[in-house]
Amino acid sequence: MQQTATPATGPPDGAARARPRRGGWAALPVAPRRAALLLLILGVWQGYVSLSGVSPLLVSGPADVAAAIYAGIADGRLLAATAITLQVLLSGMVIGMALAAVLTTLASWSRLGDDLLVLLTSMLNPLPAIAILPLAILWFGLSTTALVFVITNAVVWPIAINVSTGFRTVNPTIMAVGRNIGLRGWRIVRDVLIPAALPQIIAGLKTGWAFGWRTIIAAELVFGAAGGQGGLGFFINDARYFLRTPEVFAGLVTIALIGIALDLVFTWIERRTVIRWGMKST
Amino acid sequence: MELRTSPADTPAPRTSAPLLDVEHARVGYELDGRLQVAVEDVSFAIHPGEHVMLLGPSGCGKSTLLKTIAGFIEPAGGSIRLNGRTDLSPGPDRAVVFQEFDQLFPWFPVERNLTYPLRVNGRSKADAARIAAEYLDLMGLSHAADRYPHQLSGGMKQRVAIARAMALEPVLLLMDEPFGALDAQTRSRLQRELHEVARSAEATILFVTHSIQEAVYIGHRVVVLGTPPSTVVEILDVAHLSDPAAPEFTDAMRHLRSLLSADDSTAESATFE
Repeated sequence: MQQTATPATGPPDGAARARPRRGGWAALPVAPRRAALLLLILGVWQGYVSLSGVSPLLVSGPADVAAAIYAGIADGRLLAATAITLQVLLSGMVIGMALAAVLTTLASWSRLGDDLLVLLTSMLNPLPAIAILPLAILWFGLSTTALVFVITNAVVWPIAINVSTGFRTVNPTIMAVGRNIGLRGWRIVRDVLIPAALPQIIAGLKTGWAFGWRTIIAAELVFGAAGGQGGLGFFINDARYFLRTPEVFAGLVTIALIGIALDLVFTWIERRTVIRWGMKST
Repeated sequence: MELRTSPADTPAPRTSAPLLDVEHARVGYELDGRLQVAVEDVSFAIHPGEHVMLLGPSGCGKSTLLKTIAGFIEPAGGSIRLNGRTDLSPGPDRAVVFQEFDQLFPWFPVERNLTYPLRVNGRSKADAARIAAEYLDLMGLSHAADRYPHQLSGGMKQRVAIARAMALEPVLLLMDEPFGALDAQTRSRLQRELHEVARSAEATILFVTHSIQEAVYIGHRVVVLGTPPSTVVEILDVAHLSDPAAPEFTDAMRHLRSLLSADDSTAESATFE
């Protein structure tokens, strides 16, 4: 009852969003709002490091981190580490997508394939992908193959689940229209089924990339600790070992930036397709 | 305007062979692996240029019968012949307009919703564009050619669906309660438009409805189905009736209402307009 008297400090609720108050924080466009917050956070961070007297071996300030990133790019070590990580991720993604395509095709063709997919996904999807790393090392040693194997396992299940749900829930009327205008076989799959299931297909790929990204960093950290070769996880571990703390932070920032970039790519694809077509709301 | 004796509005003389010949057809759908018979025994014929309406209470199998003629369901008995042919796999010669608004391809703008099916059926790019423009104009949609379906109202979507089906120049246009989900005003406007367009395009139409008024207004003949498993209650000639204010129109509606009420004593009949 007295709730209306409470000053609104949190994010605006639905009603406030519908009619933004003039002149306030909420009236600013989203980009300057976020930029201002980011600057504030960086300022607090730098202030803490400069004024609190915390050991630079434990916490690096934004200026040192920026210098470390710049140096890492200049001498190529950070770029090389990033390239290795992305390459392994891409290999795992491609194999995972191919496997997901085979599984969902089998699932839509036959009851047996469908049962198999449901059973495999319900068993393997809840398992954190990194958990099979010891097994992968046992089978493939400290090799890229082991990493690709773990990534493939991380990405295949979310993609397969989303795509097969997408296919299963396609509006039957639109499929009937496809057959009615004379489409058959592969053409109805390509021109009606896949576009109609595109919201779930993109959602699956998005989740797959996110899972894959988290998993490869985790796997590389373990590899780094075990003395393996060079991706971003190794870069961070190596820097920690030699107490190059700004480089540890630089590695983390790089990981976050790439994660954001991947997300932006998918958001861009969605804007150009399913959001534009009214198949997914913003 | 049209007199009962005047053949002005009546379609081609029935001396020609029927386009569609339905003989003792029995149709139904699979439910939990068992056949649910919706229509027990139905016979009627459609000649070129005719608008035949399938009228009946909900669940009488009129939509199932239409889907069987469209080729989505195998008939369970009897015969359905289109130009003498009994193999009726789905095809653009029987273009369907569905009731659902989401029958358009959401990923294509309105114009491509028309040109794409034409391209699938072997039309050249230029031909498809020309035909699409013609039918968009016919349905008053030229201004909306570049919009995506989700930017259209329900009535506009159904207009696009009708334009798309007619652009395929089907030998038989199948309409499955295309106005069933529209509000009353839009519905009567689209009925009027279809009435005009279908007459000028000389389209042959099989139209499923549960609105008596719609059946008398758009149809040349009304095939009345009873409760499921249904049979034909009566086939009424309404070709001369197109003025809803005329006493004959009201008489025909009253007659159809009494047929439907007599066949079905439940509250279902109360839903008829």
